[in-house]
Amino acid sequence: MTAPLTLGPAREVPLSAINPVAQLSAIAVLTVVLLVSGDLVTPSVVLAAELALLPAAGLTTPRSILHRTWPLLLSAAGVAWVNVAFGTLDGAAAWLSGATWGLRVIALALPGVLLVSSTDPVRLADALTLHWRVSTRFAYGALAALRLVPLLATEWQTIRLARRARGVDAGASPGGRLRLFAGTAFALLVGAIRRGSRLATAMDARGFDCGVPRSNARGSALHRRDTWFVVGAVVVCASAVTLSVQTGHWSPVFG
Amino acid sequence: MRDVDLRIAPGERVLLTGRSGAGKSTLLRALGGLLEPENGDVEGELTVDGEPPDRSRQRVGMVFQDPDSQLVMTRAGDDVAFGLENVGMPRDRIWPAVDAALDAVGFGLGRDRATAALSGGQKQRLVLAGALAPHPGLLLLDEPTAQLDPDGAALVRAAVDRAVADRSATLVVVDHDLEAWLPLVDRVVELLPGGGLTEHPSSWTPPPLRFPVRRAGLPAGEALLRAEAVGYTHRGSDRPALAPTDAALLAGRTLAVTGPNGTGKSTLALLLAGLRAPTSGQLRVGPTLRAGLRRPDRPPARWRAAELVERIGTVFQQPEHQFLTGRVRDELSLGPLRAGADRTSAGRRADDLLERLGLAPLAEANPFTLSGGQQRRLSVATALATRPPVLVLDEPTFGQDRDTWAELVALLAEQQADGRALCLVSHDAAVVDALADDVLRLGNPVPAS
Repeated sequence: MTAPLTLGPAREVPLSAINPVAQLSAIAVLTVVLLVSGDLVTPSVVLAAELALLPAAGLTTPRSILHRTWPLLLSAAGVAWVNVAFGTLDGAAAWLSGATWGLRVIALALPGVLLVSSTDPVRLADALTLHWRVSTRFAYGALAALRLVPLLATEWQTIRLARRARGVDAGASPGGRLRLFAGTAFALLVGAIRRGSRLATAMDARGFDCGVPRSNARGSALHRRDTWFVVGAVVVCASAVTLSVQTGHWSPVFG
Repeated sequence: MRDVDLRIAPGERVLLTGRSGAGKSTLLRALGGLLEPENGDVEGELTVDGEPPDRSRQRVGMVFQDPDSQLVMTRAGDDVAFGLENVGMPRDRIWPAVDAALDAVGFGLGRDRATAALSGGQKQRLVLAGALAPHPGLLLLDEPTAQLDPDGAALVRAAVDRAVADRSATLVVVDHDLEAWLPLVDRVVELLPGGGLTEHPSSWTPPPLRFPVRRAGLPAGEALLRAEAVGYTHRGSDRPALAPTDAALLAGRTLAVTGPNGTGKSTLALLLAGLRAPTSGQLRVGPTLRAGLRRPDRPPARWRAAELVERIGTVFQQPEHQFLTGRVRDELSLGPLRAGADRTSAGRRADDLLERLGLAPLAEANPFTLSGGQQRRLSVATALATRPPVLVLDEPTFGQDRDTWAELVALLAEQQADGRALCLVSHDAAVVDALADDVLRLGNPVPAS
């Protein structure tokens, strides 16, 4: 029932061999280029490279790809449609602008999907704290909190049933529905805060953030392949821009 | 908690007990260095190894009730390593220590097991391994088995027994289940409600549970609610949460539902309580329960909530889920008001119940600030407030101390005598023994998906 929410160790896929900070660096490179470019050619080339990586992230069947990307595809379609319908351009130009925007959104967000499907949350926290000096309190605190998210779905169900058992339901009016929703959400929030503070106490009791420099049991090794991965991202972007300039499509957003 | 003079020698094992509200958890937290002095008045002196407890915190391991709010990592091994990382242990020494701790508690599932997929008992065993890994000089357990079923609780006690066998750690445990822990400890310290303490040797026999006098079996009354081959399968699941089951709730009788975890006991309770609709089979409603319904042809799961609350009262496992108001008194008058009673009679009903359950001094208190035992009594009282002919209770004695236990059993026996039909889902053999007229044992556990 709550399977898509379950936070477990991620499945090992070929892309998992790339350190999360290398993936994040590559994403940063792509993001800058995609935000600057305003044409159709640049995002197309970048997107082609990203699509080639889908199998490496374990996304091989159309079903698994759709499962991970449907919110993204939906928002890309929305952005494209808004541009066609409400843009200042007409005819073919409007469609071109819509397609450009849709492609940019997909090309911008797909690397995030790749990162999420190939990266164990614990490895991400390890990499961020060890290589980028992200605060351990923040990284591991967030990790612990994330573990509690799947519990919220069951909790919601229970609170709803308990309210009905007490004689409280929405009744016929839409206002009643809203009140019930607000009441249930409030109870859920109160419960989540109580559980969160219990978790914080338990982490304190285990010496978390006690002033001693923290060690790391798993480590987070950077290899030569991680450098090559970032170089690869730079090469893809450079080729995309070169192709775009040479075919005369290049039209930077700030320029 | 006040006037407590206590000396615990290294390697000693102490069971801490006392009535609900006597300060057991407070003392344990104080020993663990987790009390913040600004949140209360401190008297006297407390030292662990001759130092104030907040300085010796790294030498203390603690385990609390709820395993889900103690696990941090997604894999078993990583979670045990968490405490070692926090104290800066070098990596090459962490993994041997993790393996030793997992071995000490008998966790045989391996380092890579996902923590989310473990049973409650296994999770709590892992939490214990995490507390033991840094080799604490003092191990503090705060009701570590209160949220577990009997098998899970036995698993955790066996793990504790194994872990403290070499006497390298001092053990202080708070638990309501005295009999089960007595063989593991050297002495019992009982905190007294007014302050101070008394001590008992480990050969001590706790006073027996006070059972209500069992009435002569009343003839079975009318069948208020009858389940005919009801079953339930969660949407999107291919395994039923409850296999087709027959059950009858008769006026003046108690049906106990027992059986191992995962057989659908709580699911059956939800179906009988009219909170979920069965996905197979049906519920037949007797004429008494059906009288006055706006749509008598509808099954309980489709009754309006105001109609349901007058006919079937439900007590959930966690009392806090049921509380909707900010005052104990409002909590009790809410049900009658929803069912259409006027303010005066609802208020009178609330006062009656407050008096009978000894909650009158707490009438203005916030339900969330009550102790565990008081919350439990209040949650049963809220279900009684509308005088429903049927009562469905899910583990009402779960994690309760002896006094609350006895009070609950007496209260429920009274409901039986008043001609109500009770459905009692419980792992607690003593409560089933004390109250049940009929026992429905669900078998063939459906493996958890």
